[in-house]
Amino acid sequence: MLGVSVKTGFFGEINNKMVGLKKGFFMKVKEFLKKHKKTLTFGSVIGFINGLLGAGGGSLLVPFLERIMKVEEHEAHATAISVILPLSIVSSILYVTRENIDYTLLLYVAIGGTIGGLIGAKLLVKIPKKWLHRLFGIVLIIASIRMIFS
Amino acid sequence: MIIVVLTGLITGIISGMGIGGGTILIPVLTLLMGVAQKSAQGINLLNFLPTATVALYCHIKAGRVRKDLWLGLVLGGVLGALLGSWLANSLQPEYLRKGFGVFLFCIGVSEVLKKGSKEEQEKKEKKKIDQKDQISYVSPAHVLKSKKHRFKNKRKRR
Repeated sequence: MLGVSVKTGFFGEINNKMVGLKKGFFMKVKEFLKKHKKTLTFGSVIGFINGLLGAGGGSLLVPFLERIMKVEEHEAHATAISVILPLSIVSSILYVTRENIDYTLLLYVAIGGTIGGLIGAKLLVKIPKKWLHRLFGIVLIIASIRMIFS
Repeated sequence: MIIVVLTGLITGIISGMGIGGGTILIPVLTLLMGVAQKSAQGINLLNFLPTATVALYCHIKAGRVRKDLWLGLVLGGVLGALLGSWLANSLQPEYLRKGFGVFLFCIGVSEVLKKGSKEEQEKKEKKKIDQKDQISYVSPAHVLKSKKHRFKNKRKRR
């Protein structure tokens, strides 16, 4: 009797509200998972490879976006950078704490790198798709040879 | 130091285009400058941060980043990265690395050999058709055809 009265009373209302909230939340999560099924699974594969091998996630991401998600080439390259940046922030924090790095050398590289990044981003539109594919393929081949013989 | 800045520049251009600049930076640092492998990897990672930030700013401004795909990829990516770096200590990924290298090599070859996208192929076909038309204006077969066409049209008109 007491339990019934509590359920129908003030606490019961709160409890019902909480259940409703939980259901709504789970539904949202379900919808989100359905909507982003492909990207979530592939993102985790890329992150896994990046974490395990320390490289190669981004080079897998571009062909995935182009071939499976049918993203336009230039957009695929830009999106790949936007995905790799947060991942590399995480792994660079791990690196800074573990390894000692030559910071003066880093400064010189970064000066060139930042200017180059700006040039590269502006150049990307002007490169025809065919040459973008070829350049990307060549860099991939060099990377894979380094990976095999390291 | 000029060499280092120059390689940084080239690396920046390539990674700003989203191709992967580390492939060039790490060998130059290890082979030419005599930096240790792990240190070179760290420099490459840290160098990517400002480079990619600047490049991303440019890309987002131009509306080239697909925001609908971004969230899923990043969330999945962070989860996978945590799992991967956790397993990297217990697993010895030597063979995995080589296997993945072979896989990447195959993708690279297919990228190099890839023909242009559908739009470009359509353009080429259109060009071919145009060329055929230009040639067939001279050829008698086309003249005959066109005459027949004219006949038909005249009949229709009458």
